[in-house]
Amino acid sequence: MATTADPHAIDEATRVAMFRDIARARLFEQRAYDLFMKGLVKGTSHLATGQEAVAAGYAAAMRSDDYVLCTYRGHVHTLLRGAPMDALMAELLGRASGICGGKGGSMHLTSVRHGALGSYAIVGAHLPIAVGAAWSAQARGTGQVAVCFFGDGATNIGAFHEALNMAAVWELPVVFVCENNLYMEYTPIGEVTATEHPAADRAASYGLEGLVVDGNDPDAVYEVATDTVGRARDGGGPSLVEAKTYRHGGHSRADPGTYRPSEEVEEWISRDPYVRYPERLRDDGVDPATLEAIVAEAEAEVDHATNAATDSPVPDPSVILTNVWADGGSSWRK
Amino acid sequence: MAEVTYREAVTMGMAQEMRRDDRVYFIGEDVAAAGGVFKTTPGLQDEFGDRRVRDTPISEEAITGAVMGAAMTGLRPVAEIMFSDFYATCWDIVANQMAKTRYMTDGQTSLPLVLRGANGGGLRFGAQHSQAVENWAMAIPGLKVVAPSTPRDVIGLLAASIRDPDPVIFLEQKSLYPSKGEVPDGEHLDELGKATVVREGSDVTIVALAAMVPRALTAAEQLAEEGVSAEVVDVRSLVPLDASTILASVGKTARLVTVEENPRLCGWGAEIVSLVAEEGFWHLDGPIVRVTSPHVPLPSADELEDVTLPTAERVVDAVRRALA
Ligand SMILES: Cc1ncc(C[n+]2csc(CCOP(=O)(O)OP(=O)(O)O)c2C)c(N)n1
Repeated sequence: MATTADPHAIDEATRVAMFRDIARARLFEQRAYDLFMKGLVKGTSHLATGQEAVAAGYAAAMRSDDYVLCTYRGHVHTLLRGAPMDALMAELLGRASGICGGKGGSMHLTSVRHGALGSYAIVGAHLPIAVGAAWSAQARGTGQVAVCFFGDGATNIGAFHEALNMAAVWELPVVFVCENNLYMEYTPIGEVTATEHPAADRAASYGLEGLVVDGNDPDAVYEVATDTVGRARDGGGPSLVEAKTYRHGGHSRADPGTYRPSEEVEEWISRDPYVRYPERLRDDGVDPATLEAIVAEAEAEVDHATNAATDSPVPDPSVILTNVWADGGSSWRK
Repeated sequence: MAEVTYREAVTMGMAQEMRRDDRVYFIGEDVAAAGGVFKTTPGLQDEFGDRRVRDTPISEEAITGAVMGAAMTGLRPVAEIMFSDFYATCWDIVANQMAKTRYMTDGQTSLPLVLRGANGGGLRFGAQHSQAVENWAMAIPGLKVVAPSTPRDVIGLLAASIRDPDPVIFLEQKSLYPSKGEVPDGEHLDELGKATVVREGSDVTIVALAAMVPRALTAAEQLAEEGVSAEVVDVRSLVPLDASTILASVGKTARLVTVEENPRLCGWGAEIVSLVAEEGFWHLDGPIVRVTSPHVPLPSADELEDVTLPTAERVVDAVRRALA
């Protein structure tokens, strides 16, 4: 890994906040999984269990008016932007109080007012859109940065290359973060990609430095996040970061992930940020009671969100005709 | 009133809106210093600077993605898609992202953006640079689809598209670029979703779009010599579609001919026919006739392209059949 963090350089409050984010994310997704198994979360859902440190490290390094764009594996990124958990849970359950009124679902969580500019279910589609958000920030001179999370599979999509090139030539304030969890759906990325690091090894093609970071280490992610977000904000242009991480489960809810060697799974689970990070914080002198309280609060928040969602009414069928166009323009033909 | 070309009208419409609203930015391939491959945007970079008027790499996904992201975050961007055939290379962004984002987020964001550029045949460019693609866009909920036929409409509808809160696919018919027409002095704004009766008549309604409008008018003149009074409706905007003007015209004439240059299957003319069949059937005194290109890719040679695209003669013939 190119980046090695000195955890003691990061202040304790930030590190505790990162653990809080990881705990909220983990417990939210565990509940989503349980509700899925009970048939209450519909369709499909893609959990980021094991990958939360990437989102937490970036969340801690970002300004509240920055933008995040993510994939269908986007519960965590949207939550950590500050979107209310009640409304996210309600969206998973298809309720009227859902963050997208039930029109989005698990794969399309969005909270524009929190800068969560969308979860994109077409692999790689959002990289050019992140370029646009960064272009607009540059044009408006706001100092905002767009951070775009995507999987390793997206690095072989044409839009990846178009977006990286345009971001580089226009020197845009955008950070591209590849969450390399080693697998696409079921196929190891290494089997279909000619370079060892599918993102970082291609950085030079766009005049960028190839950055690889341990995506299970919140401190390491925070350090690279601070560098790359800061550089973008200061007019230093885009970065391409590859965070090595692992999803504990399968690709989506229906997939047990049995195509992966058990030693590999065990090795990565032993590096679970939800377990290892609080251990490290305790070793560094954080009061264990603080960390326990964080978990208890997150549990309570998830319970509240679950109850609020299940108590919320389902959407009224009349809404299917709304918000196709801004001005109700579908009235010309039903 | 001044007489300008359709091509000049594009520049005038762009400049009018860029002067009015500093959130309007413009990007595309060869659009800045070169002024566009069809010379539709010369001088814009000189007037508005290289921040607001920028050349892009040949990257249609990046171009369309960029205007989408920019529109979500406070700009009102316009991008040129050099030839509308190239929409195929960025159709994911246009059809899956732009068109659906407002809906999927339940109105959390509007996408005030315009994709404009050259559409349609008539210049011998062959099947990959000549397609009339309005049907591709019309089939996707969430997009608006506009196709002007005169310089006046270019300015007014382009201004309306740029001011519109939704993504607009603005299709300029490339064979019309040298055509001339009067445009109003000063700022000119039109309204989307309004068809125009460009010629009044009482015996038959001819519904046309873009380059087919002047052909329908030529046909109407020939028909007048035979004593047939044809009303010509320029649809101008396919989404939103002005059903009431079309239905009112058919209510008056009791006959309908549609003229579209795209290939026959699932062309927009079929949508208008179904509209009239459902909501105006009792007005009709005769069979509806559609004039289209045959269902083939557009060939290049003079003799082949000319017989593929609908001609005024074919429109005259269709009207005779509708009146028979
Ligand atoms: C353009 C496109 N092709 C295929 C798919 C189907 N698909 C959904 S997720 C996925 C795997 C993507 O893997 P990766 O980018 O590594 O992200 P991860 O799921 O590992 O987070 C595939 C093939 C899709 N959604 N979009």
